Parts: sequence; structure tokens; C-alpha cells
Amino acid sequence: MGLSGRVEGLIFEKSVPGRQGFSIPESDVPLKAEMPVEYKRAEECALPELTELEVVRHYTRLSQQNFCIDTNFYPLGSCTMKYNPKFTESLAHLPGFMNLHPLLPQLQLGGILTQGALQVLYEMDRLLSEMTGMDNFTMQPLAGAHGELTGVMLIAAYHKAKGNKKKYIIIPDSAHGTNPASAAIAGYEIISLPSNKDGVWDIARLKENLNDQVAAVMLTCPDTLGIFNSEIDKISKMVHDVDGLMYYDGANLNAILGRCRPGDIGFDIMHINLHKTFTTPHGGGGPGSGPVGVKENLAKFLPVSRVVKRKDGTYSLDYDYPDSIGYIASLYGNFALILRAYAYILMLGKEGLIETSNHAVLNANYVMSRLKDRYHLPYDRICMHECVFSALNQAERGVHATDIAKYLIDQGIHPPTIYFPLVVKESVMIEPTETESKKTMDEFIQVMVDVDELSKKNPQFFKDLPKTTPVTRPDEVKAARDLDTNFFSHPPK
Amino acid sequence: MEVVEHYLFTKEHEWINVEEDTATIGITDYAQSALGDITFVELSEVDRDVEQFEQFVSVESVKAASDIYSPMSGRVIEVNTKLESDPGLINRSCYEKGWIAKISIKDLDERSNLMIAAEYQKFLEGLE
Amino acid sequence: MNPYIANTKEEVYQMLNAIGVKSIDDLFVDILPHQRPRSFNIPKGKSEFEVTQHVSRLAAKNAVHLIPFIGGGYYDHYIPAAVGALMSRGEFYTAYTPYQPECSQGTLQALYEYQSSICTLTQMEAANASLYDGGTALYEALMMAIRITGRKKVIMDGGVSPIYRKILTTYTTNWDIEFQETPVVHGQSDRSQIERLLDKKTAAIILQNPNFFGAVDDHSDIIEKAHQLGILAVMSVYPISLGLLKTPGEMGADIVTGEGQSLGLPLNFGGPYLGFMATRKEFIRKMPGRIVGKTIDMHGRRSFVNTLQAREQHIRREKATSNICTNVTLCALQSVVYMSLLGRRGLKELAQLNFDKAEFMRQILSKIRGVEVKRSAPTFNEFTVCLPRDASSVVAAMIERGFAAGFSVGRYYKNMDNYLIIAVTEKRTKEEIVKFAESLEAVLWD
Repeated sequence: MGLSGRVEGLIFEKSVPGRQGFSIPESDVPLKAEMPVEYKRAEECALPELTELEVVRHYTRLSQQNFCIDTNFYPLGSCTMKYNPKFTESLAHLPGFMNLHPLLPQLQLGGILTQGALQVLYEMDRLLSEMTGMDNFTMQPLAGAHGELTGVMLIAAYHKAKGNKKKYIIIPDSAHGTNPASAAIAGYEIISLPSNKDGVWDIARLKENLNDQVAAVMLTCPDTLGIFNSEIDKISKMVHDVDGLMYYDGANLNAILGRCRPGDIGFDIMHINLHKTFTTPHGGGGPGSGPVGVKENLAKFLPVSRVVKRKDGTYSLDYDYPDSIGYIASLYGNFALILRAYAYILMLGKEGLIETSNHAVLNANYVMSRLKDRYHLPYDRICMHECVFSALNQAERGVHATDIAKYLIDQGIHPPTIYFPLVVKESVMIEPTETESKKTMDEFIQVMVDVDELSKKNPQFFKDLPKTTPVTRPDEVKAARDLDTNFFSHPPK
Repeated sequence: MEVVEHYLFTKEHEWINVEEDTATIGITDYAQSALGDITFVELSEVDRDVEQFEQFVSVESVKAASDIYSPMSGRVIEVNTKLESDPGLINRSCYEKGWIAKISIKDLDERSNLMIAAEYQKFLEGLE
Repeated sequence: MNPYIANTKEEVYQMLNAIGVKSIDDLFVDILPHQRPRSFNIPKGKSEFEVTQHVSRLAAKNAVHLIPFIGGGYYDHYIPAAVGALMSRGEFYTAYTPYQPECSQGTLQALYEYQSSICTLTQMEAANASLYDGGTALYEALMMAIRITGRKKVIMDGGVSPIYRKILTTYTTNWDIEFQETPVVHGQSDRSQIERLLDKKTAAIILQNPNFFGAVDDHSDIIEKAHQLGILAVMSVYPISLGLLKTPGEMGADIVTGEGQSLGLPLNFGGPYLGFMATRKEFIRKMPGRIVGKTIDMHGRRSFVNTLQAREQHIRREKATSNICTNVTLCALQSVVYMSLLGRRGLKELAQLNFDKAEFMRQILSKIRGVEVKRSAPTFNEFTVCLPRDASSVVAAMIERGFAAGFSVGRYYKNMDNYLIIAVTEKRTKEEIVKFAESLEAVLWD
């Protein structure tokens, strides 16, 4: 199963002067406005000129050069590429939401105009709080990384209000790159600590490094190796004892719905990736949504506006929070994504959410058990919703994680996450998710077995893969050295 | 991994070749190999002063970006502008043609903070 | 019955056997009893039909029947059906970030086309593959200017959106950055105030065109003075206006950002939107976010890849140019489809039509007693009026007459309670405009 083998021309190359794909109404007003020439652009914009059919054909063909969940299995660890239910798309297209101007509730008496939308935001705050053991959520952050940054800013606000002088944030060395990047942008120095030989974060090392200059510890649970640290509440207590805060990176929430709530095990603040656990579509790289939840003692610092429910049952935007950190985004969050997640949560309900984690964890353990005699397992123990292998055995034969990835592409399977977490060499992180069937997983397992066999018999085979795609091993070095990011800087000769 | 006998080395994999009161600086074979194909070098300005172990150049590859620290204090007197159009020169000839900067030296005694070739070789063995 | 989970009882049994445990609960053994949830009171699940009913009822509680003359950075433009049709292709919206280029050429090429379109729109040399929205993009531009110059002072023009200004000051709380603002003007930028503040400690001057009040300006002179002192010019712009107005590239801007919602994205009550950023070739390595580059593959075929990733969080971690991980690919794709349908001539026509309608509205309103249409600068499709009484109460009354009359700025600016910013797009008919004016007159004087 391969992709459309055609390399498609650029849309600008298809442009023919005089064509237009957009019918603009004629003016019905009796005046032709004149902009003084000093304010007008001198040169026309060179947008391409095509008919609607040409634009539709071009982008339809391009779409056929993509893998996607609707056609392919994506066992991408850390990404939770589960199926995106179609009904959430229809609901997001309801005109009552899609055509709603965001500034309406900021008008006097404007809250009345947007009660339905405000109710969605409010109920999401309540639902996510209950699901995670937090007291309040802000829906404002526009992506997971954005949520992390918001979280770190809340941590800074908390310490500033208490007059604490804090310098450091501690993270595991297996953490996602956004964790240290967010902490650094908020002005903290990072201390990165390793796990012990069992893959569990080393509590003794943490103890050595904890002092009253530590603002917070940022963790994900289960961690990026797919392991749940049973000592998590001990860690929370140690951190709280130095008046540090516990931050939960919600990237792996899909593993513990209904089984454990971050708020119950000592976390003070967290973010959720709606595009992971709550299946808002990945869109080829966004948009995302990263709501941030806090315990009550941090709620006053949350960004404004916040949606509140009045005594009469109506909803409104409230800006009256003098200790709020301010605006971390322009408006209320990526509403159309929040709406999709809301519908998904209502549909699954309590049992559905618990079932989700049950099967996510079952599926990952199944794949792990079937591959562990072929691929090196750095930590041979029960995993949660994802498992991490190392392709060291295959790499010794000259077949690296990248090569395995390219082989999988030819089989119509999107490769698992490779080279993350950085602490495992030749890492291959697999997260099947709960929406995939045993049949799909068995096919994947068989392909991985074939890869292992082939790595012994004919490692050279991998070098020019994939063969069934429109391109093979694009030259990334050339891309960086001979930068071409704009058609108009490099017009064809 | 190659090393050059009369050069001095740092823990961050820079080398320095001291010739009287000036010196040439670059990165080692280990560094260029770890970085992979180098795609861009952000050179220092000329006439800028650097302290020993201060960051003054950065080097980018597809998979990593690396800060380069000056092995000794001094003033930058020349930078290898060939690297602007041919960053891969570092990969091909990291100890010779792929030199990065030349400095006038402030204090020869700073050499005691650096490793000689044999020490660096041992240091590399410890890393693996 | 959960339509998203495939495993049957039999399959569960087989899998548990393969793993070597007796039940699913055994897989959660690391979660100790005292770590289990204290409560999990989520309502019982419902069918797709029931949820659809419930959500549809909520949708019906939102006033989309009002004729919108409100902008403030977010505009009611017409979106051709082909945009939505192409974006609902699963191959675009259920795809993953293009880290594996061989199976993502569709997304990558479309993003390259998006970057190129933004460049010709703004007349800048290099664009990234999008940022979250116009406000956060402006913040990223500010940080970029600070990184490039190594300076810590920033001048913010009084015409920049108050929403964006709040974002900038929120983010820079923990940093040692000095903000200086020139006074708010509903007309053009105050040159004398700006020049007073320009100095060699300043990293950037932040401008907006048209400004929040709709005023159109030519900032070339300010930018030239700024450049003489090594200060970078950061400009936030409105894309549709660039079908008519002088571009930031022509003015000499160094970093350009803006809200791309007007390029084919529905209003969606606040998001997802589209932050675009473009800059000079020399600054491309300092630009945050994902960037797509053109290259060739091992057989010499043209290919597209994520490039300059060494700047990004997944490699540089603490030293990254930003902590950004996601861009808004689907929104960027939506906009490039829109721009491709519109085309060179279409953009010009559309801009002129917006301008004509707004000028017509301006003309009619200026005939109403007590309504002062601000004329200190030309405007595009949004302009400011001063009413004889509190604008918010006028807006409330206009709502009852079926109009979202504009944005009353008293909530963001002191002493401007009577000011109203009105936007007119190509979707507003002559009838709607005339009726609006009649209603306004009635509200003011009946």
C-alpha cells in the first residue's frame, strides 16, 4: 500500500494570468473609494491565478500524498493518535458556533448573546477538573507547549506573591523538550535528573537536589518511558516540604483516566493536550489546545477572562481577578477544538473514559509482550499506554531506528516515535491507542518481526527505502544549507 | 577519533593551536562526528574580546545546535569566512581547513586549564 | 456500546494471555490503592444522537442572527465552499506533524506554498509555517527582536491592539524588559512622541497597520529613523488590507506578524486562528516555529521537509528560540487554499470592495446628528466614530435592533467611553448599511 507516486507541481507554477477561483460580488454601493497613493502598495501581490477546479485538484492530489489516521495506523508514542470521531466535526460546523464573533460577550449585555458557547467553556472547566482532581481550569492556552508555559508563569506568580526567591525547576532527563524550553522562557534554570536502572525517576537523586530554591518539579505520569512511578506521592510531599510546586505534563493522560487523578497524588498544576487524550484532530501539526488546571491556592493567578456561572444560572466572562497573570492568548482558547473535546467527553461518559485507558494500556502491553523477544526492552516490566524499545540489536547489524521507520512507511504504517526519549539509544516508542484493533496490531507486529529478520539477512535492503512514496530520504542537510523557504525568492529559471 | 599531537583540547571538544601570541581554534573530530553534517556556522565578530570558556560561536547541523566556547581568553583577530558558504568544511577537515577563529592570546598560563592530546584521548575513551 | 474500541471479550482474553496477566486491572498494579481517584463523577455516556441534540441546543443559544459590524481584529468575510470541502479531507485534518517527510509531502508542500503566499502578501523574504494566533505571534516577534539586538527596551505604538498589548506585557513579566508606550491615537502614529523615545537601548518598535482604530499609515519614515539607531521594526498587519495598502516590506519592516483569521477561517468564537510571521532572509535562523524548506531527495526529485529544526525545542531544549511545538498547520492550509482561490486579482477586488462599502458607511454616518466620524487618517474597512453618549449603551440598544454595531473601546481605554469602532466587510449589503444608519439614528435620538 503506497501513496500517490506523483510529485505535484507548485501551485504558483500552475498559475495562468486572468484566472480566478473566487466569485466576488459586484459593489452595490454608489461610490468608488480612493486611497491616497502614498498609502497604496506599489507592486501587486503575486498570488496564483487558477480556477476553482484547478485549486481543488491541486490540493486534493496533495492530500493523497499524506498518511493520516483515517487511512493508516499511527503507533506514535507520546502523541496519542487515536481515531477522530466524525460527529465532533459536524458539531464544530454548526453555524451557531462557527459564525460566532468572539468579541460579542465583551459588549455590554453581550453575555446573553453567547450563552451556549460560554456554557461549553464553563462545563469543560468542571468536567476536566473532576477528571483530574484539580479545582479550576483555564481553556485559554492554544497548545500543549503553550499550556506548559502558562503553567510555569503561574508557578512564578505563586512564588512572587509569597516573596519566595526561587531559581530552579527540576525535570527528568527523559522529559519532552517543551518542558525545559518553557521553564527557561519563564526565567528559571533547569536541573535535569536521571531515572534509576529500573527506568523509574530516582527519588534519592531528587532528594539530593531539592532545596528551598526549587520552584517546581515538572513530571509526566506515567513518564515518557511509559512507566507509572508508585512513589509519586512521596515525591510530591518532598517537593511541597520546600514550598515547591508539582507540575503535571498531561501528555500521557490517556493512560490513567478513571484510575488516578493528578490532583489526588500531589500535583498542584497541570496541562492537558486536548489533541491527544480528547482526540481533537492533529491537523498535520496543529491547531492544538492545552487547557491548564490548578488547585485552589493557585486559582487566583489564572489568566483572564474566566467563565463564571451566576446565581441565576447564566454564564458570563469575568475579568475581575487582580492577581491574574493577564492574557496568555487573545481570547478564550481554541473554542472549536474545546467544543469537539466536550462532545467527545459527553459521549464517552464515565465508563467510556475508564474503558479508554483500560484498552490503551492493554493494547500497549500486548504489543510489548509480542515484540520483546525481538527488540531490546530497556525496562522489562509492565508499561502503561506506550512502550519504549531500543533498536540496538538491529542497529548493530546496520539497521537503525530511522531505517525501520522507512520500512514501515512502505508497509503503509506510520512509524512509531523514534529517537525520543533521548535517554534511550535508538529508541522506538509505540503507542497503539485504544481505538486500534488486535488485527491491526498483529499486522504491525508481523511487520516488525519481518524487519528483524531482514536486518539479519539483508541489512543493505533498508538503505534506499521507502520505495512506494513520492519522495525518498529528502536531503535535510541541503535543505538547511541551501535554504529555500519561499518560492518567490527562488523563481524558476 | 582523530586528535592532533601539539594541539590543546577542552572538555567541550574544542581544540586550540597556540603559536607564540596568537592561536587558532576549531572543534574536534569527535564533535564534528557527533553533530553530523554541519549546515550553518554563526561566526564571531572580529575584534571582540573573549574570556576562557566563554561562548562565542555556534554551529548547527540538522540534528543539533552547539555552542562553541573559546579555549583561551583573547581578542578575535580573524574568522574563517569560508565557513559561510561551505559549513561542511568543518566535517571534512576539522583540524585544518575547517578552523573557526584566530585569537590573540591574553594569558599563556591559561593552557594549564586545557588537556594535551593524550589527556583528551583518554577523556574520549571515558565517554564511550 | 463504544464505537471507538474494537477489542471484543475474546480478544481481550487472548491479549491478557499473551501478556501473562489475568485481568486488565493487573496492568495498573503500579497505581497503589491510596493513589486511586477520590471521586470520578463524570456523567454517564450518551449516544452520538443525544450528544448532538444537546450541543445543537447550545448552538441555538448563540446570537448568530445579528448582522455583524464588529471587527477589532476578527472579521466576517465570505469563505468559499471549496475551502471547507478541502479541509474536511481526512488526509489533511487527521494527519500528524510532518516529521516523516516521505509520508507527509501533501502537508509539507502546502505549507511551503503557504509560506510563499505570506511572503508575497507582505513583501517579505521568509515566513514560518504559522504560529498560534496574531497576538502570540506578535509576542514571538518581540522576543525575536530582543534576541537579535541583545537590547531590552521596546517601544509600543499606541495604535497597537489593546488585546495584543496585554499579551505582550503578560509574557514579559518575568523578564527584564522595559516597555514604553506612545499615547493612544485613533489617527496615525504620533511621530514626535516616537522620536523622543528612540534610542540605542531599544530593541524594537512595535507598530500596527491599519491600527486598532482603523487608521491607515505609512510607517516608512519611522522605520528609517529606527534603523539608523539599530532598532528593528515589528509590524502587525491585517491580510485583506494588503490587497490595497502599502506593505510592511515596502515600508522596511524587519519582522511582520498578524492575525490570519480573515484568510478563510471562520470566526469560531475565538479559535483556532492563524498567527503568521515573516521576516528578512538574514533573520530566518532567529525565527521561531516550524519552517518548511525545499530540497531534493536521493533520486533528485523535488521534496519538502521541516528545516532549521536545530533551533526548536525538541533539539535545543533550554536554548530553543521558543518553546513552541505545534503550529496551526490546518489553519495555514485553510488560508493557502483561500488565497489560491482568491488569486492576485481577486485579492485586489476584495480589498477595494471592503474599502468601498466602509467608505459608504462612513459617509452615511457622518450625516447623522451627533455622530463624529474620525477623519484624521484614511481608513480601510474599519473606522472610529465618536458618539454623543456612552457607546456601550448604544451598542446594547443596537443589539435589540438586530445589529452587532461595533466594538466599544471604553473597556480597554480610559476616557474613550463614547468611541465605537465599526467594521464593514464585503458581506454587508447596501440595505444592511442603510438600515444600520437608520437604526443608529433612531437609537440616538428617538
